[in-house]
Amino acid sequence: MRLYEFESKKILSSYSIPVPKGRVVTSSQEARIFAQEIGGPIALKAQVLATGRGKMGGVRFAESPQEAEQVAQEMLKAEIQGYAVKSLLVEERLDIERELYVGCTYDDVKKTPLIICSSLGGVDINEVSRKHPEKIHKSSISSFMGLQPYKAWELVQNLDLPAKLPWAAQAILLKLWGFFSQFDAILAEINPLVLTSRGELAALDAHIEIEDDALFRQKERLGRFQIEEREDKARPPTPFEIEAAQIDKADYRGVAGRVIQFDGNLGLLIGAGGGSLTTFDAILRYGGKPANYCEVGGNAPVSKICKLAKLVLSKPGVEGIAVITNVYSNSRVDFVARGLIKAMVELGMDLKSYPVLFRSAGAFEEEGYAILRKYGIRYYDRSVSMDEAAGLAVEMIKKGS
Amino acid sequence: MAILLSDSTRVIVQGITGREAVTFTKAMLDYGTRVVAGVTPGKEGHRVYGVPVYNCVETAMRNHEANTSVVSVPPGFAKDATFEAMDAGIELVNVFTERIPRGDVAQMIEFARQKGVRIVGPNSLGMISPGRVKLGPAGGPLSECNRAFTRGSVAVLSRSGGMLTETCSLLSQNGIGQSIAINIGGDPIVGSAFFDLLPLLEDDPETKAIVLFCEPGTFQEEETARFVKETSYSKRIVAFIAGSFVDTMPGMRFGHAAVIVHGESGATRTKAKVMREAGIVVVDFHSEIVAAVKKILNQS
Repeated sequence: MRLYEFESKKILSSYSIPVPKGRVVTSSQEARIFAQEIGGPIALKAQVLATGRGKMGGVRFAESPQEAEQVAQEMLKAEIQGYAVKSLLVEERLDIERELYVGCTYDDVKKTPLIICSSLGGVDINEVSRKHPEKIHKSSISSFMGLQPYKAWELVQNLDLPAKLPWAAQAILLKLWGFFSQFDAILAEINPLVLTSRGELAALDAHIEIEDDALFRQKERLGRFQIEEREDKARPPTPFEIEAAQIDKADYRGVAGRVIQFDGNLGLLIGAGGGSLTTFDAILRYGGKPANYCEVGGNAPVSKICKLAKLVLSKPGVEGIAVITNVYSNSRVDFVARGLIKAMVELGMDLKSYPVLFRSAGAFEEEGYAILRKYGIRYYDRSVSMDEAAGLAVEMIKKGS
Repeated sequence: MAILLSDSTRVIVQGITGREAVTFTKAMLDYGTRVVAGVTPGKEGHRVYGVPVYNCVETAMRNHEANTSVVSVPPGFAKDATFEAMDAGIELVNVFTERIPRGDVAQMIEFARQKGVRIVGPNSLGMISPGRVKLGPAGGPLSECNRAFTRGSVAVLSRSGGMLTETCSLLSQNGIGQSIAINIGGDPIVGSAFFDLLPLLEDDPETKAIVLFCEPGTFQEEETARFVKETSYSKRIVAFIAGSFVDTMPGMRFGHAAVIVHGESGATRTKAKVMREAGIVVVDFHSEIVAAVKKILNQS
């Protein structure tokens, strides 16, 4: 779960990491009032979970309270990466001499926590890591020992800071690690960490991601900062996706969900995880146009599969449906077959003429195939590969039967 | 026997009285795996398909000599259960539990390194040495396992549990058997990544070729390619990378927790490129694995 900038700063500041003076506002009037309180140049920053918002008009500046009000009014009407801008973080504008980078994350190759720092921070940190890898300093640390002061001290030597400031940077790095380990974060980066003209360090922006799978034990800690558990997607979910998520959530048994909407004409019931990825790719490579991505597995019951099938079959623009799964070891093929047929019958569809194709195998496949035969639905067993089935599904849609 | 499993594999199941564990314990016993004990705190004295249940791994180990454990406990207890197994002398821990916090997984792996223990997983359905031993739910009940997995000389390593069965079934349908089939787990950090297992497979006389089922996200495939290139790896590898469409949807999560792409990081096009440069045969369609493996087997 990613945190908003203002949430991240609230937490970091509770660890006594210096952040600019700021306030979250939801109206242009509030922006003006706070700008007046600050009494100098200010920055207005859209509170959205989009990366690179600076390049999309998500960060703007104002010299006076009047200008702040005007800019805030414009920003609060805008959309960034599909997200409506509902609130702004209004901050004193610091006079910046240099931008640095410090962060904690996990290294999936070394399988340890990783502390990173660079004397070149800011929006182009990815560019820096490509062009000047020597400017990025990384250190794997023991997850039992944590970040020790000597290691933080070693790392900040690379920041080329003037006298006394390495001590301040070391303290910031240690506090950042303290937060990272206590909150089950998987990413905590201060970018940029700025050196101001007054010779002080401050966290100008921060990106924090809390491990979704640790939220069960972080609720209380996050609650102290008024942060509640929420779904975190790269874009807002569509009504179709919301409905699918409800179907999956309503019954804990198995998975029949994780739906993502596409705008094609071929409805899909595919599974499970890796199987869905494989099938979806094959359909695209054969020139098919999927109406959705989804996952069906974990031995989901008939009722759940039926509801998902109905949702997909009723989606506007869907001209046919393909059920393609990997060889199931723990899910039942007959459940999937029953779920599909039940959905079609309940929707009053003509099972013999509607374009539908079924490829699954594994546990209870004979029972599944028997029902499919009874209703005249074309099916394939494991002798037809998932790729072939995907190709046949694309052909089926083109022919309309 | 190929790697990790052998005639002397003796297994305990931690969390044996759980719904899923009961089912796969039965499947393991049917397959011929020696499941010698189970552990569920508070359930000592019970039996699951004849397997005695203990309160602690330590007591289970005192009464039965075991060297392998399958961990199937809720995510909040998985780190503790894995520590317990390692402390009691278990040498191979297969962690089936999914959704374990990443910080816990990092500690489990660090402790395993100190102890010289191998972890497979978390979020792993297990592994099968066809016709001999099976660990965890991989492949399902005996009859399903026998249809999908056949004995032979190809090692199959997969980030997806379902696609492990599909891939082995596809190979078996085409007369190609497997020396070992392992679901390494779908998490961003796993105890045994492809690059951790390749050295073992290189020394395994039963394995003639290797198949990798890859997914978007993580640097695992990139690191594997680097390892293969730098060590001039001697065995031929065929890889299929599922989910290339995910490259076009940065920030979106699909399937496993690890399947997420940020720019070039974790993108399948990068993986395919570096793997090909390392001499790994990367096929575009999953079913093309068969022809690619046949070619390698015919050459050797």
